[in-house]
Amino acid sequence: MKLTGAEILIECLKREGVKTIFALPGGVVLKIFDMLHQQKDIEVVLTRHEQGAGHMAEGYAKATGKAGVCLVTSGPGMTNVITALADAYMDSVPLVCFSGQVPTSLIGNDAFQEADNIGLSRPCTKYNFLVKDVKDLAVTIKEAFYIATTGRPGPVLVDIPKDVSMDKAEFVYPSSISIRSYNPVYEGNKWQIKQAAEAMTKAKKPVLYVGGGVIFSGASQELIELAELTHMPVDMTLMGLGAFPGEHPQSMGMLGMHGTYWANMVMHYSDLVVAIGARFDDRVTGKVSEFCPHAKVIHIDIDPTSIRKNVNVDIPIVGDCKLVLRELIQILRATVNGDQRELRKPWWDQIREWQQANPLAYQQEADGPIKPQHVISRLYDLTKDRDPIVSTDVGQHQMWAAQYFKLAKPNRWLTSGGLGTMGFGFPAAMGAQAAFPGRLVLCIAGDGSIQMNMQEMATAVVHKLPVKIIILNNRFHGMVRQWQDLFYEGRYASSDLETTPDFVKLAEAYGAVGLRASKPSEIDDVIKEALAVNKPVIVDVPTYRYENVYPMIPAGGCNHEMILEDPPALKSKQSGTGQVAPKDSDTILTA
Amino acid sequence: MEHIISVTVENKFGSLSRIAGLFSGRGFNIESLSVAPTLDPSMSQMTIVTSGDERIIEQIVKQLNKLIDVIKVVDLNESDFVSRETALIKVHTKSEDRAEALRIADIFRANVIDSTPATYTIEVTGDPRKIEAIINLLQPLGIKELTRTGRVAVARELIRSTDVQAKKVVRE
Repeated sequence: MKLTGAEILIECLKREGVKTIFALPGGVVLKIFDMLHQQKDIEVVLTRHEQGAGHMAEGYAKATGKAGVCLVTSGPGMTNVITALADAYMDSVPLVCFSGQVPTSLIGNDAFQEADNIGLSRPCTKYNFLVKDVKDLAVTIKEAFYIATTGRPGPVLVDIPKDVSMDKAEFVYPSSISIRSYNPVYEGNKWQIKQAAEAMTKAKKPVLYVGGGVIFSGASQELIELAELTHMPVDMTLMGLGAFPGEHPQSMGMLGMHGTYWANMVMHYSDLVVAIGARFDDRVTGKVSEFCPHAKVIHIDIDPTSIRKNVNVDIPIVGDCKLVLRELIQILRATVNGDQRELRKPWWDQIREWQQANPLAYQQEADGPIKPQHVISRLYDLTKDRDPIVSTDVGQHQMWAAQYFKLAKPNRWLTSGGLGTMGFGFPAAMGAQAAFPGRLVLCIAGDGSIQMNMQEMATAVVHKLPVKIIILNNRFHGMVRQWQDLFYEGRYASSDLETTPDFVKLAEAYGAVGLRASKPSEIDDVIKEALAVNKPVIVDVPTYRYENVYPMIPAGGCNHEMILEDPPALKSKQSGTGQVAPKDSDTILTA
Repeated sequence: MEHIISVTVENKFGSLSRIAGLFSGRGFNIESLSVAPTLDPSMSQMTIVTSGDERIIEQIVKQLNKLIDVIKVVDLNESDFVSRETALIKVHTKSEDRAEALRIADIFRANVIDSTPATYTIEVTGDPRKIEAIINLLQPLGIKELTRTGRVAVARELIRSTDVQAKKVVRE
């Protein structure tokens, strides 16, 4: 039987096991929406902006490990989703985005709502397709899902002209697919793995440096096994949080620009860095020439381009983290026999010393302004038993969340690491909530970030996605303000938001629930109240405006040279003795 | 250092722009790029002349390999290879210069492929130095137009080209 392109698309989605898509209609995709309207297997979440649709699909993908799907129209629909595609590309999120296109006869004519979708998305997708003939549609969609979810995952765009969605063709869905020019390597080179195992048994001061690749390959169990077997400390990147239990005694927490003191010291003084599914980002390496000066480097990654891109690698292993770790464990089991603990005792003594010397710290006075770290600590304590999924936006609150919210399991952490997209958190949380309606999904946001995709509250209310948003509200672009305080002599160029909307009333205006904690003593109660509601909730927490994130390695700085607290000049300024004393160092509500 | 990279790609819509986009997006140099279909019309052969230190070239090769449309990448500098470039040079010739133009073409074993009362069009093939040399000699006569193909190159070892064929056969 012949089906229209729109019907073929839906049939393909069903066969790929897609239950939810995030979408916003427009002229050239109306046929597809019309067919979606007439079926019940796939839920369509109508977003208020295409960027929201893209981030929701990302949140869905990160939480489930499956490809997220979004559908947008041509022209502005496409340009709006670009940010989400670029975000997914940087963070290796499997995503399939369908975009509408003007009819094939009009392509190139500057038709209404025409854009060169393929040209626009080329640099921010793993691959993209323009389907010119409905006969190619099914196989193209199969290829799109295959490319998005295999190898190093990433976003794939399928551009569908209007006439292709209306033309008819015989529907045949290929059961398997192979692309001659695309053959990701999964098995690591055995000889290299043996070399790595040997280096790991000998090292006196080794460290496991793990990233998002561990999560995407589902290698958390293997990682725990390897770490315990070899008794090595585990540093996690921002994207790797949750790959290793945050409260495990061998967890060093996050490393990098705002990583823990000890995580960075461990890197700097180690004699063997074992990088697993991490890519030596500049926020991790700092000054490359002085990065890990004493260490041999083993790098396990599925993407060969990640290896030796930024730093030199002694033992490269291209392969899937899970498979490579399994092999490593097998070899190490036979060779390691309990002597590792003894061999590494001096290393661990040193690490514990570092941990005691400079723990993560903040001071919360009982009647003083609320410290943002305190909010996250309380949120963590009050929710950890419910195994929440946590999303963040980008900025100070993101770093505090990374430091204080110790995730126990993978696929619980939704954050924009590579691109650093403000406005990511809320829609990503909604995507995760759509995938797991019964789970607790938290969105930790800043007052600047949340306003970048606030409109999606309408989507959350309509689709009953009871995400709990906690806004750390300092009326600043806080991270920008921090850099201005540290590196631009405190000139707050366009970082002071001056006023933010009354988020409680705003939530209510959307039909959601708005709560506020104005004093430290109110935090627990307000969080509990939010958790008890089965609706989207905004918890607005006005915080101390001038709190800074520490430790901090200045951009291009050395990993062992961290700023651990406000420099004296800044301190005196903030306590009112400096030259530009902030008049409202306590928290002030705008409403 | 200059490297010549030979790339076999799917001969389809957009492949060239993916490769060009990779070079511009990541700040790699392209000195020249030439492309044409292979014996198998479903594939194209590209020759890219680029430059960079060892790490950059390693990244270029890896990044090219990562592109979905790329079937095979060979850094020809890793082995022996031969390379050629063709230039078409339209020389402005006054009557007293016409013999001189022919003489120069002859020295370089170049062919005159077109002639009008005021011009000769000379086709010359060789390595870049040879082409530079003939251009230098013809310049005093007045070069009206010059177009160069960019280099094409092939490894001297036959194994490399059969590799691609072998991969294809396996697939089929």
